[in-house]
Amino acid sequence: MDFTLNDEQLMFAETARTLFADSCTPDHWRKMMEAGVARDDARWAGIVETGLTLVLLPEAAGGIGLAETDFALIAQEAGYVALPEPLVESAGVAAPLLAALAPDHAILTDPTATIAIAHPANPFVANADSAAAILLEKDGETFLATPDQVTLTAQPSIDPFRRLFSVAWDAADATALGKGDWDLALDRAALFSAAQALGLAQRAVDLAVDYAKERQQFGKPIGSYQAVKHHLASAQTAIEFAKPVVAAAAAEIGAQDVQSRARVSHAKIVALEAADKAARASIQVHGAMGYSWEVDVHLFLKRTVALTQTWGTPAFHRARIAARMFDQPMGPDQTFARETKNG
Amino acid sequence: MDLTYTPQQQAFRAEVRAWLAANVPAAPLEHFDATREGFEAHRQWEKTLKSGDWGMVTWPTEYGGRGLDLIQWLIFEEEYYRAGAPGRVNQNGIFLLGPTLIEFGTHEQKQRFLPKMASGEEIWAQAWSEPQAGSDLAGVRATCVQDGDDYVLNGHKIWSSRAVFADWAFGLFRTPGTERHKGLSLIFFPLDAPGVTVNAIKKINGHIGFAEIFLEDVRVPAFNRLGDEGQGWHICMATAGFERGLMLRSPARYQVAAAKLADLWTAHGNSADPALEADVVRAHMNADAYALNIYQTASRLIAGAKIGPEASTNKIFWSEMDIHLTQTALAILGPLAELTHDAPDAAPVDWIDDYIFALAGPIYAGSNEIQRNIIAERMLGLPR
Repeated sequence: MDFTLNDEQLMFAETARTLFADSCTPDHWRKMMEAGVARDDARWAGIVETGLTLVLLPEAAGGIGLAETDFALIAQEAGYVALPEPLVESAGVAAPLLAALAPDHAILTDPTATIAIAHPANPFVANADSAAAILLEKDGETFLATPDQVTLTAQPSIDPFRRLFSVAWDAADATALGKGDWDLALDRAALFSAAQALGLAQRAVDLAVDYAKERQQFGKPIGSYQAVKHHLASAQTAIEFAKPVVAAAAAEIGAQDVQSRARVSHAKIVALEAADKAARASIQVHGAMGYSWEVDVHLFLKRTVALTQTWGTPAFHRARIAARMFDQPMGPDQTFARETKNG
Repeated sequence: MDLTYTPQQQAFRAEVRAWLAANVPAAPLEHFDATREGFEAHRQWEKTLKSGDWGMVTWPTEYGGRGLDLIQWLIFEEEYYRAGAPGRVNQNGIFLLGPTLIEFGTHEQKQRFLPKMASGEEIWAQAWSEPQAGSDLAGVRATCVQDGDDYVLNGHKIWSSRAVFADWAFGLFRTPGTERHKGLSLIFFPLDAPGVTVNAIKKINGHIGFAEIFLEDVRVPAFNRLGDEGQGWHICMATAGFERGLMLRSPARYQVAAAKLADLWTAHGNSADPALEADVVRAHMNADAYALNIYQTASRLIAGAKIGPEASTNKIFWSEMDIHLTQTALAILGPLAELTHDAPDAAPVDWIDDYIFALAGPIYAGSNEIQRNIIAERMLGLPR
């Protein structure tokens, strides 16, 4: 039993943190929002060059072959900067699904290509227009199509950096790839949504802390008032108790049993609740400024709303936890238990 | 990261489980805060625990422990709660003072106090709060004056858990003329020493778990001072970190409660509001999250890290979790909720008593308001 991260894991997270801190700042967001775009080619080139898109990809498909624990740390850093590009969806969810079916596929050899995924759990597909290809599912079969082989209808999102589309398609126009593990894809997406949420939450708190130290009211920084402190302390507490759940979910996801699915669901629920709590606390601490377009907190709130309701709603995930509770033994010796057949 | 138990850890669990199965009393003991008989029955249980060498598993063997690490401690606690073993009447000693003594005491002090603490031969009360100093411990007014090889103690302590029946107490005392956190010393005194008067205070559940203590020219040897004179504040803060951060509340306690709540839902859910299922699931999520957090902390500490201000988040989390969990049980029980355990129609688990006990959680061990200030100032860096 060792619940600590190793140096290699911390190194990749540090690499992502440094890259994003330099290339994904409020100035970058502002320029992209003004231009109405959701992809910065220079930043994406940096992400590709640093190897972040290869972390979860198996070695057989030209990847580094690391595990979900490693990628979750990168997803967390992506959340911290509200990363516009679909690093998590493409490299964390779609590429491993494609690689499992067709490790030699040409798209996997193009490091700049992104892959979108039309998962049955979601009605809309994020970043489908800029993707080199879209993974689709029909009757348990997996298909691959390029954006010009399908009909995309834009469904604008409140999050300025999420470009959503309805996808109409005909299996005759797409390439059939075989079965594919769409359940694992959902688990990965839910896990990495949770990991992003840890970053979203911490950034919302950090923005509020910075503001509360500077902003003066009644002759003192507002951060010296207990009411302000308590909003942020409560949000930080929620973050601290979501972190180990996300870490455990990442470590256990490969088991693909009722416990690992419940853990992923638990992680998604509590991490996004922490992000919601943090974003709302941050808006409150910023006062009317927090309700303005100018202050960046709204980006973190909007991404939180999006991720909360996508890749399985809270009700879907709560049902998976209930299944673990009522189908498997509970109690203090069951924290790390694996599936047992009843009866 | 490896979230599986080693064969050694599994063997240890089996050893604990077997011993507890053979030794845990078949019938629950009367609560140790209810009557003298209940207290003494628990003291007897502590003696039994010690006979199996389970008094305090993390302490060094030379002071009455087993020298085990924190993961093994968690396994021990899981099995302890799983077996429904009695509450620890000496918890103020073993979980609060013990770790502090191990860190700050001299070898002679450890030899004198720890083994008898681990065996239940001497049961400890804490005497920190005063009528004017609760969460603001730096406002302590009780005094200590050195006289030769002794200290002379005077003052008034209150909200002292276990002091009605306990043998010893540890408290903070001020060198006259000092202010706030400067000049405080941590000193032990026997509760039957001349000049000590202990008056019981009933809690809201009717138990006499609190006391106020009056000290009039109470004489104790200077040997009973932990650390240097004036170092008491520093030492107490280290103790508080441990109290809030790890040992005061085992995750196992809440995992047992969450499992019982799930059973209650299975038994009574068809007559309750269906929306309550979400709260039952939430109780399990909370208990699981708390366990994972403590396992992660234990792993970090084993790897050489120190407990920091994040410990304050634990205290908020478990105290709020406990209230939510017990309130959910009352909501499921409906009209049965208010029945005491001796009512003919009472449920098998005394949820109302658990709920009332849970209400103290946000108050003791430093109120949750104080914890939130600590998080804001020391974790987040907000101004005082």
